[in-house]
Amino acid sequence: MSQEKMKQYWRTNLRYMVVLLAIWAFVSYVCGILLVEQLNAIQLGGFPLGFWFAQQGSIYVFVVLIFAYYVLMRRLDRKFDVHE
Amino acid sequence: MNSIQVWTYVMVGLTFGVYLTIAWLSRVKDAKGFYVAGGGVPAMANGLATAADWMSAASFISMAGLISFMGYNGSVYLMGWTGGYVLLALLLAPYLRKFGKFTVPDFVGDRYYSNAARVVALVCAIFVSLTYVAGQMRGVGVVFSRFLEVDVNTGVFIGMGIVFFYAALGGMKGITWTQVAQYCVLILAFLIPAVAISMKITGSPIPQIGFGGTIASGPDAGQHLLEKLNEIGVALGFGGYTSPFAGLSMLNVFCITMALMVGTAGLPHVIIRFYTVPSVRAARLSAGYALLFIAILYTTAPAVASFARYNMVQTLAEVDYKASLSTPLPDWFHNWTATGLVAWVDKNDDGKVQYLGPAMGGGPAFEGKPELMDSGTDRYGLPRISNTPTTNANELYVDRDIMVLANPEIAQLPAWVIALVAAGGLAAALSTASGLLLVIASAISHDLYYRIINRQASEKQRLLVGRVMIGVAVCIAGYFGINPPGFVAQVVALAFGLGAASFFPVIVLGIFWKRTTREGAIAGMVAGIGFTMLYIIQCTPAFLGMEPWFLGIRSTGIGTVGMLLNFAVTVAVSLLTPPPPEEIQEMVENVRIPRGAGAATDH
Repeated sequence: MSQEKMKQYWRTNLRYMVVLLAIWAFVSYVCGILLVEQLNAIQLGGFPLGFWFAQQGSIYVFVVLIFAYYVLMRRLDRKFDVHE
Repeated sequence: MNSIQVWTYVMVGLTFGVYLTIAWLSRVKDAKGFYVAGGGVPAMANGLATAADWMSAASFISMAGLISFMGYNGSVYLMGWTGGYVLLALLLAPYLRKFGKFTVPDFVGDRYYSNAARVVALVCAIFVSLTYVAGQMRGVGVVFSRFLEVDVNTGVFIGMGIVFFYAALGGMKGITWTQVAQYCVLILAFLIPAVAISMKITGSPIPQIGFGGTIASGPDAGQHLLEKLNEIGVALGFGGYTSPFAGLSMLNVFCITMALMVGTAGLPHVIIRFYTVPSVRAARLSAGYALLFIAILYTTAPAVASFARYNMVQTLAEVDYKASLSTPLPDWFHNWTATGLVAWVDKNDDGKVQYLGPAMGGGPAFEGKPELMDSGTDRYGLPRISNTPTTNANELYVDRDIMVLANPEIAQLPAWVIALVAAGGLAAALSTASGLLLVIASAISHDLYYRIINRQASEKQRLLVGRVMIGVAVCIAGYFGINPPGFVAQVVALAFGLGAASFFPVIVLGIFWKRTTREGAIAGMVAGIGFTMLYIIQCTPAFLGMEPWFLGIRSTGIGTVGMLLNFAVTVAVSLLTPPPPEEIQEMVENVRIPRGAGAATDH
C-alpha cells in the first residue's frame, strides 16, 4: 500500500476512534458522574435518569460501541484492501 | 447430609467432570498451543472465555452485595469493570493481535528494543497476577466450606488440583475451552435466582426491567422499587439509594471509575486472550462478544442488589420478633447465622431488629466479624457470638456476600438451584485463577527463560518449563489461599492501579506514537508504578493509613493519576532521547494494518 493511502487509512481509523471514545466518555463520565444529580431530576420509568446511566445505560452503550467499531473497520479494511 | 448438600456434590462433581474431560481432549504438545491455544480460537468462543476469565469470584459473589450497600456509589464497579473493554477493543486488542506474539512482555520488549523493558514488564505482570490469584484460591476454599461444610483448606487443595490438571495439560488451549464451559455454568447460576427474585418482588421476569418497575405485593405494592429504597435509606439513616456521592466525592468516583477501566484494559490475563484468535477482525469482534457476555451479568447485578436490599430491610428491620413463635425470623436468616455472615444482637432488648445507618446513630453492631461460640443458642434460636457489642443503636451485622449467596433461599428456590450457585461460584473462581496462572507461568517460562536466558531451548524443554512453572504458580497461589494475607482486598486495588499505571500507557503510546523511545517507556513505567505503589502503601487504611494527600483521592483511584504521570514522563523522556531505530518504526506501521496477521509466532 502506498504511503499516502496508508496515511488516509490510519486517519480514518483515528477519526472513528475519537468519535466512539467521545460517546464512551459522554455516557459514563458525563451522564453517569458529572451530570448525575441534574439528570436524576428526570425519571425514566422507575429510574432516575442519571442513576440509570451509571448502572445500566452506559454498559449497554459500551457494548454497542464495540460492535459499531467492528462494523466500521470491516468496511474500511475492505475499502483500502487491507483485510485478511 | 441434607438434600442441598447432596445436590451440591452432584453439581460440583458434574461440572468438575466436564472441566477435566475438556482438559484431556484439548491437551497440547507444542509451545504455540500451550501459550496461545494455537491461535485458532473462534471469536465467539474467545468472547465466552474472556468473560469467564474476567469475572472472578468477587464479581460473582461479592459485587451485587457491595452495590446493595453502596447504592449509586457502587456504579464505580459497574462502569469501571465494563468500560475498559471499549478501550481494549479500540486501542489495544487489534494491534496486539497483529503483532502476534505470546505475552505482554513480548510486546513491550520487542517494541522498545530492550530486555530491560521486557524485565520491567514481566515483573509487573507477575506481581499484578499474583495479587489477584491469591484471592481466587481463597474464593474456591470459601465456596467449598460454605456449601459443603468441608474445611476451607481442603477446598483450596481441591481447587489447586483441578486447576493444575487442566492448565498444565492443556495450557492456553485447555484453559480456553474450560472457560467456555465455566461461563455457561456461572451465568446460569447467576441468572436463575436473579429472575426468580425479580419475579417475586416486582413481578417482572427480566431483572433489568424489574429494577425500574414497581413492587408487586405487600404494603408497598404499586410503588417504584427505587423510590421506596430511597425512602427506606433516608428513614434508616443510610441516605438515598440513588443519591450520588454520599461519603465518596465526585472526584473520587471519577478517578476510581477511570482507574478500574484503564486497569481492566491493562491486565495481562485479559490482554493475552486476544492473541488466541485467528485474525485482527476476530480480535475486534471477540472483544464485542466478551463485553456482551459480561454485560449480561453486570446489568443484572445492580438489579439483584436492589431486590436483595429491599427484601432484607422488609423482612428484618423493625419487625417484632419478641413473640418469635408467631413471627419467626426468616428461615434464610436462621440458616446463614451459622456461617457468621449475618448476626443480630438485641442490644436494647426490645425484640426488634434495629438496622440503622450513620445518620440515625447507627454504626457497626459489634467489634469485628462475628465469632461464633461453640454451644447454645440465644432466646431467638440464633447461635451465640462472643463479640463485644458497640454502644451505637445498630444491631444487625450483614456480610455483603450474603446478598448473592442467600438469594435462592430468599426466593424459595429448590435445592438444585442453591447447588448450582455453589458450582457457579467455583466456576467463576477457577476460570479466573487459571488465566492468571498462565500469565505467571508464561512470564517465567517464555519471557524470562526462553527470550532472555536460553534462546536455544527446544520445544520440548520450553513446554516442560511452562508446565513446571504452572505447578510452582499453583503452589504459591495455594499458599496465599490457605494463609491469606490480611490485606487481600486492598491488594486487588493495587493490581488495578498497577495495571493502569504500567502497561496501558506504554502499549497505547507504543502503537499510536512512533516516536516513543525505549528510555521513555522505561522511565514512564517506573515513574507510574513507583508513584502508584508508594501512594497505595501510604494511603490504604490496612497499610500506613495516612490521609489521602493528593487532592483527597483514595488509594483505589490513584491509578488514574499514576497513568497520567506515566503518559507525561514517557512523552517527555521520548522527546529528549534519540528516535527509535528505523525497523521499529516500520514494525509499528505494520502493526497498524490488519493484513498479514498470520498465526502468533515465537520467532
